[in-house]
Amino acid sequence: MAITRKDVEYIANLSRLTISEEEIEEYTKQLSEILEHVNRLQKINTDNVEPMSYAVDIKNIYRDDVNEPSIDRKKVLDAAPSVEKNCFKVPKII
Amino acid sequence: MELFYETIENLHSMLKEKKIKPKDILDAVYKRIETVDSKVKAYLLYTKDIAYKMAEEAEDRIMKNENITELTGIPVGIKDNMVLEGVPTTCAAKMLEGYKPPYTATVLKKLQDAGAVFTGKLNMDEYAFGSSTENSGFFPTHNPWDLTCVPGGSSGGSAASVAAGMCIGALGSDTGGSIKQPASLCGVTGLKPTYGRVSRFGLIAFGSSLDQIGPVTWTAKDNAIILKYIAGKDKKDSTSVDIDVPDYYKNINTNIKGLKIGLPDEYFIEGIDKEVKQKVLEAVDVFEKNGAVVKKIKLPHTEYAIDVYYVVATAEASSNLARFDGVQYGLRDFEADNMIDMYKKSRQKGFGKETKRRIMLGTYVLSSGYYDAYYKKAQKVRRLIKNDFDNAFKEVDIIITPTSPTTAFKIGEKVNNPLTMYLSDIFTIAPNLAGLPAISISCGFDSKNLPVGLQIVGKNFAEQDLFNAAAFYQQITDFHKKRPNI
Repeated sequence: MAITRKDVEYIANLSRLTISEEEIEEYTKQLSEILEHVNRLQKINTDNVEPMSYAVDIKNIYRDDVNEPSIDRKKVLDAAPSVEKNCFKVPKII
Repeated sequence: MELFYETIENLHSMLKEKKIKPKDILDAVYKRIETVDSKVKAYLLYTKDIAYKMAEEAEDRIMKNENITELTGIPVGIKDNMVLEGVPTTCAAKMLEGYKPPYTATVLKKLQDAGAVFTGKLNMDEYAFGSSTENSGFFPTHNPWDLTCVPGGSSGGSAASVAAGMCIGALGSDTGGSIKQPASLCGVTGLKPTYGRVSRFGLIAFGSSLDQIGPVTWTAKDNAIILKYIAGKDKKDSTSVDIDVPDYYKNINTNIKGLKIGLPDEYFIEGIDKEVKQKVLEAVDVFEKNGAVVKKIKLPHTEYAIDVYYVVATAEASSNLARFDGVQYGLRDFEADNMIDMYKKSRQKGFGKETKRRIMLGTYVLSSGYYDAYYKKAQKVRRLIKNDFDNAFKEVDIIITPTSPTTAFKIGEKVNNPLTMYLSDIFTIAPNLAGLPAISISCGFDSKNLPVGLQIVGKNFAEQDLFNAAAFYQQITDFHKKRPNI
């Protein structure tokens, strides 16, 4: 399953990246090589094997629903690139 | 020995006996930094003001004889992916240049409570993506044993700073081998604890089902000291596990009579450096001669670990890195006039090459049509890899392997071929996928005088077994007492 230029452009868009012409070529080649390596997994029989998503078996972790102070709003907004009226400011969406 | 090259254990005795003050150690460490960091380049930021204030507080505790721990007054360096309130934290990424986090990671809070002194933030591969620290968004770090070589990665700054005497201990983080492999290449002791042993709260996430924070030190005993202070359940990390934290340090028992050691065939394969193999087998002999029982074991799915890892870890990374969108923190492109364009341009400017490569790979394996073939398949094979270890641990107590197939390689040698770079983590990845704890210790030097690392893998939450075995080995040998000549 070699990766094509089109795939790379498609994934870049899904990943919210603008990539240069040079990068498209480079990633097409490198991602193909990596995926070719990864394709070895296909030959392993995994019928009836439960997928493993965590290293240590943990079930849902519950806690009491108690109010606690969260991080100070000002401190959080201080780290933002653009702020107005105590909100994060972003370019127009609609 | 110079103070900056001492162990935590020895410094603690000297502090307690009031032969030295925390400030003396800190002076020695910063003087050392002044002399060698321009060559090693392990630090991204020195936190001198904070450090001297912490040293004063430590001094106060010692004078009043109150609340003294083995870490009180000990200078510790921090990998730059752990947040400390108000102190710039970059993850070695341009994206986060100048970012001052509004909160502190649990591990750092715990070290503060123990009285440790923070020397600064250490270099790493950007977002911990790499095995050489060459992917740092700022500059590469050099190996103190040979400045033309890499220190390993991604916790290259942590391993190199300890090896060069620029801190007494350091914290690193390990996803696929990022503590163990640099510890091996820099001749120091590095532990990746069991997944869930140490809180990840405040660690900038890479692969959430794999990431663990762990200590880098000269000795296994020092490592045990740091682990006992950072381990434990944290309500802010629901994947941290509520299991008692023993006093790993006081409990160290170096009697290895009858210890069952597994040697997996799959880790001594063709392609591994001959000298590395020889040194590791010599170390195994030391265990055997002193009463351990060595047994060959099989871990049949080992060769697929790397493929599983590069699917699972990149998938998790691609979703974790979605948070860098130029809105709440980090770099923003102000020229874009709509939201999507702002995301794209900010991310394009802020991310390095390897970061983009991993995001793209992760996005691909999670994308519609490929999810089952790649991501789900990898999760299933991950289970088979874990089953291999479960079976092996029915017969043995610990497993010994090389940490890395080679000693330190040259800067630039693998940078253009991501696949060969990925292969340098081949031995550390499988235990990580299974969540298992593993420690890397120095077991000698090759003909180029570069350190060789030995990996000891234990059962889940059996860190004590690793410290016992490593401390035994360090009692018999003196590789951990060698210091690089820089």
